[in-house]
Amino acid sequence: MLKFDHVSKRYPEGSDVLLNVSFHLKRGEMAFLTGHSGAGKSTLLKLIAMMEFCSRGCILLGGQNLNKVTEREIPYIRRKLGLIFQDNKLLYDRTVFDNVALPLIVSGYGYKEIGRRVRASLDKVGLLGKEKKYPLTLSGGEQQRVGIARAVINKPEIILADEPTGNLDPELSAEVMHLFEQFQNVGVTVLIASHDANLLKRMGHRILTLDHGQLKVG
Amino acid sequence: MMKRKARQSKNKARNAFSDKSQTYLHIHAHALFSSLGRIVKNTFTSVMTMLVMAIAISLASGFYLLIDNMQQLTGDIESTNKISLFLKPNVSDKSGRTLAEKIRQNKAVDKVVLITKKQALKEFKEYSGFGEALNVLEVNPLPTVIQVLPKNTLDDLQAIESLMMEFKHFNQVDFAQLDMQWVRRLQTMMQIMQRGVLILTLLLGFAVLLITGNTIRLELQNRRDEVLVAKLVGATYSFIQRPFLYTGFWLGFLSGIIAWLLVSIIMLLLQSPIEELSLLNGRAFELSYFGFFDIISLLSITSFLGVLGAWIVLYYQLQEIKPK
Repeated sequence: MLKFDHVSKRYPEGSDVLLNVSFHLKRGEMAFLTGHSGAGKSTLLKLIAMMEFCSRGCILLGGQNLNKVTEREIPYIRRKLGLIFQDNKLLYDRTVFDNVALPLIVSGYGYKEIGRRVRASLDKVGLLGKEKKYPLTLSGGEQQRVGIARAVINKPEIILADEPTGNLDPELSAEVMHLFEQFQNVGVTVLIASHDANLLKRMGHRILTLDHGQLKVG
Repeated sequence: MMKRKARQSKNKARNAFSDKSQTYLHIHAHALFSSLGRIVKNTFTSVMTMLVMAIAISLASGFYLLIDNMQQLTGDIESTNKISLFLKPNVSDKSGRTLAEKIRQNKAVDKVVLITKKQALKEFKEYSGFGEALNVLEVNPLPTVIQVLPKNTLDDLQAIESLMMEFKHFNQVDFAQLDMQWVRRLQTMMQIMQRGVLILTLLLGFAVLLITGNTIRLELQNRRDEVLVAKLVGATYSFIQRPFLYTGFWLGFLSGIIAWLLVSIIMLLLQSPIEELSLLNGRAFELSYFGFFDIISLLSITSFLGVLGAWIVLYYQLQEIKPK
């Protein structure tokens, strides 16, 4: 599903953020990406989301080489991704419903379909009944779950989460992680960047460790 | 059973299609009205912007209207390629009448009007407002005038001029004047003014373009987060730029309407002095306002400029919002 082949990323003004990174995630696999801050976790995720492009090597997503994607194709590939950010990236002047519905709206779904799917998605993250609230009236954990509901509403093939539990207490973190496992169980590939070592060990999934931009084996 | 299933799936597909096409219309309607809503919400800024645009537009369209009115005015006198023959002061009315008769015999002449000294004085007193002053004079200073209107077939200047030269050689004639010359001069001046107004219009149109562009640029900055999130969930370029294009449309359209109102108010203010002037000139002059098609084309042009200004800014600025 996702294959990194000797990928390096260098910003014009600095040293290598990622160096010779290679790994392969199978369809339906769940993996954690860990490492000290500045190790390149976010950069790696940004490469998959085409927010950045790699300097060397190639990334295959569902068999498609991301280096050869045209600008016009990017939106359509992004629709297959479920992106979750540490800062949620919710729109605070819109209701929970509108936030979650956004991926469907930009894809041109019908309104009946959107309403149905938004409710299903909110139900999944345990927020059914809060459609009409504004994000700021929700707790941090609830906001994060709105972000997750938005990420999964398009039935993505792969979920990418950057520190999804960064602002949550251990109990909520475990809850959110459990949610990701549920998506994995229905065949979604999941890649989560996190530095919460204890949590990761308990979960018992594959762990990719980055150290100064290089992938450590083991 | 199979048939029913097929029919059901067909219906389902049709429903999905109509749901989607409805959504498409809905998205456009939503972009159209939400951008209007934003303009209304930021009342102060939008009103300021639109007033600036409206002033630029009303300057351009006001000048056009002015030219249009002046053309009507000069259009009335265009047909008068009249030759005026001013007779020498010592020529008597009788001798003038004989000369007028002689000229009337000329094949190229359509009409001859004789204005005797007395008539001239009377007319002058009536229209000039110097009546009292003229009473003081003991002698009538005005000459006898013969107005000659050449036949329509003589519409080129050279032929009329040679005819005038012919009349000039009569002993009684002091000097001859071709009225068409000042009409020509006026027309040339009008052409210069028209060109000036055209250049001015282009400049003002450019100003409208820049104002919309700048407004859209600010709007884009304010909604940067929204654009970013939309991009990340897979919004296409056209989806992102749509609401901004509609904002440009509304700015252009609404300022066009304000400009129309402004010009109408100015015209109303000018109407009574112009009516007085036309009464003084002894001719009824109907001030022309914007017609239906003028308004339609005014609004189309301003709306188009609004959308174009927005489009140009979006083309350059959306690229700068990373990621792509």
